[in-house]
Amino acid sequence: MTTLDFNAKLHRRSLLAGSLAIGATSLAAPRIAFAQGTGSKNLLFVLLRGAMDGMAMLAPTDDGHFEALRAAALPDYEGAAKLAGTFALHPAFEEVGASYAAGDALFVHATATSYRERSHFDGQDLLESGAASPNTMRDGWLNRLVALMSDRETPRALAIAPTMPLALRGRAPVSNYAPSALPEASSDFLDRVAKLYGDDDQLSGLYAQALETRAMAADDGLRNLRDAKKAGELAGSLMRGEDGARIAMIEMGGWDTHANQRGAFARPARNLDALLGAYAASMGRDWSNTLVLVATEFGRTARYNGTNGTDHGTASAALVMGGAVRGQRVLADWPGLAERDLYQARDLMPTTALESVLAGAAAEHFGLDPASAMASLFPGRSAAPMSGLVRA
Amino acid sequence: MSRASVALNRFGYGLRLGESAPADPQGDLLRQLREFDPRPGPLSGRPDTSGGAGELLQIIRRSRANRQQAPQTASPMEASQSAMETPGAAQPRRSARAEQLAALPPEYRAKVEEAYGRYRVDVAARFKVAVTTPNPFAERLVHFWSNHFSVSAGKPGTPFEVGNHEFNAIRPHATGKFSDMLKAAALHPAMLLYLDQFQSIGPNSQIGERQRRRNPNRPERGLNENLAREILELHTLGVDGGYSQSDVTEFARALTGWTIRGLGRIARFSKDQPGGAAFAEVAHERGTRTVLGRRYEDTGASQAIAILDDLAAHPSTARFVATKLARHFTKDEPEPSLIARLENDFRRTGGDLDSLARTLVNAPESWVSEPAKFRQPVEWFTSILRFTGVDDLGERRINGLVRQLGQVPWGAPSPAGFDDVADSWAGPDALLRRVELADRIARNAPSDAVLARAEAAFPGALSENTRTWLARAESGSQALGLLLVAPEMMRR
Repeated sequence: MTTLDFNAKLHRRSLLAGSLAIGATSLAAPRIAFAQGTGSKNLLFVLLRGAMDGMAMLAPTDDGHFEALRAAALPDYEGAAKLAGTFALHPAFEEVGASYAAGDALFVHATATSYRERSHFDGQDLLESGAASPNTMRDGWLNRLVALMSDRETPRALAIAPTMPLALRGRAPVSNYAPSALPEASSDFLDRVAKLYGDDDQLSGLYAQALETRAMAADDGLRNLRDAKKAGELAGSLMRGEDGARIAMIEMGGWDTHANQRGAFARPARNLDALLGAYAASMGRDWSNTLVLVATEFGRTARYNGTNGTDHGTASAALVMGGAVRGQRVLADWPGLAERDLYQARDLMPTTALESVLAGAAAEHFGLDPASAMASLFPGRSAAPMSGLVRA
Repeated sequence: MSRASVALNRFGYGLRLGESAPADPQGDLLRQLREFDPRPGPLSGRPDTSGGAGELLQIIRRSRANRQQAPQTASPMEASQSAMETPGAAQPRRSARAEQLAALPPEYRAKVEEAYGRYRVDVAARFKVAVTTPNPFAERLVHFWSNHFSVSAGKPGTPFEVGNHEFNAIRPHATGKFSDMLKAAALHPAMLLYLDQFQSIGPNSQIGERQRRRNPNRPERGLNENLAREILELHTLGVDGGYSQSDVTEFARALTGWTIRGLGRIARFSKDQPGGAAFAEVAHERGTRTVLGRRYEDTGASQAIAILDDLAAHPSTARFVATKLARHFTKDEPEPSLIARLENDFRRTGGDLDSLARTLVNAPESWVSEPAKFRQPVEWFTSILRFTGVDDLGERRINGLVRQLGQVPWGAPSPAGFDDVADSWAGPDALLRRVELADRIARNAPSDAVLARAEAAFPGALSENTRTWLARAESGSQALGLLLVAPEMMRR
């Protein structure tokens, strides 16, 4: 794995040395014993729907070709924090930037799943199901992760969303929750509904999970998830402590910035930053045992389009955050932005498999065997799971 | 389920209070197709709103020009409302939204409020039609096609137009030709706004060339391929339907010039088009285009229309549409034999949607007795309103309640529309919300003779278990509440 300590200029060839050895170090690195308990380790997966522009989040302003592609974006990065001495962090990411400075966050750039078309829906299907091609698996990789960890005791898993996202669907029991503005039903009515559903497997199962989850979140005082900061606090309140959910997922939309990108990106970026900052604070002492994975279905075109936005592209960036993370790094095998270096002469070229990041980090965090975790979560990939993301 | 229960519940929106199940289930569905009213009472007085979006965009431009330092936070309504229950992406909470609204110039604020007022009225009118209609099967078809050509309120101007899109681009063609619906829906102002087409400019059009002359070093405004891609992927061929990136780009070039009315200077060079759109020749990319191997001469506005006609007639479109229709009405993994029937009908008739609906009604696969489909929130909500006879909730309450249920009309999270499989809707939290809402509705609705009404609404299909628990309820309203969330009401 090439860890970019970009002191020098962004030159792909200078970074390539050893870059093909992704995962090779995992053989040598000390491994967490397979049988070790997961303790109260937590994983929050944040799915950014709509193709988050990694080049806006973490702008390669030192790449000599950036200005020609996106001159209109440059004012956003004046005075921005330079990560790894090279990448300018979008100013909306204040909390994330602080976490990075504290050693609790790292970025992976020029990363993508194995999906190479440009449909949001197929891209999200692949990222959530974990399948190597879209619409081929009906359960999700996070649900299979729950199953992998269930040889001891099924960890509590939860989507903080009004509907169950594909990533968490599957055989392992999971629940979902979102704050509601509806008046609570009387307890007598709730009991009678439980009896009515008694011999209906689907409805009785869903109903029991709903009541249990609702009890956990009894006093959130919220009516919906629209306030990102409060949503982050809610996620923390549902996950911290021994009884909290070990695995949770939350999703954010608004990233499909086809036009007027500077404003259109800053809005969801500020929300994401607020959510992550509030979540970290809300986790309190448990933050040190927490891993947050933030990913999107694909990136966007390297060049601004005719309406100062970007169209569907390929590689983007991912964020790995949490007290458990060996942070303050940008991991990238930087492909460069010259026309010949772009994927199909239009998109940032993917050089790191996003599946390797997700599976590698989750396996390390929970003490699972990385290779078998990769095979189960993201079957049919040739890339090895990435190692060294989490503190030993 | 009996055939009567299938006709009522699988094809329709359930029995309405005071009505009885049809004696001839199949015949009644065909009657509904014949008697479908494209413009029923609650929609007939709707004013023409096609100027609203252009006016709002002009106000936004003026207010940006007035304040050199345009605020980075644009209109509070600009964020996509579509992902309304995901953090941040959607409208802020009411109080925060009100604050942001108050900060806008008065003219701007008034227009935004007018737009969302129109949207709420349209949502309520849509429910009014569905709850009171004698042709619920035809309304289900309208809502199916509306979701196929999904538009969402969120971007500036769209709240004026998303209701209008269903009422004026979908309804008139619900029992007409697919190609006509495709052209009306894809080139409607709501879609042109929603998928960014209205500001796409041909790089070699008159405007494109002038921009380059004036500012040779500045990247000019130009092509946006969003609409072209989604038409191919979501409205016609389907993602595996056999098109390439080059087809997307070529189609996007052909679409340049299609925009909305009332956009300042460019409006002077635009010609109004049917359906509320406009075509600006000066923004149109000149030249012959090649899409899916076929060449299209540059005929201006009709270049894109010719491509749409060919896409409507493409075999992949027949297959894609047949699969979605079968999935919607029968089950998440529809029978291949039913898909084949619908596909053949679509190809044989050149996309005659009345014939397609009749084929669906006449197919044995549509009448299997096992209920296999989990009702979506709006479908469930419409059904319980029909059953209870509650049709006067008021526009604000209706809008609030469907938001709580997780499905607001014209608010799908993506251009793919709302998902159509149980996995997306049958979640723990979603179920509990229905239980809470049922409890509330049941307390305020007539609750006499619930068991007898249940037998009538699910003729020959009410389970012994449901009957038992209704009979044991301590009050009529509790029995009603239980029926509203019973398995019979959840699946069809």
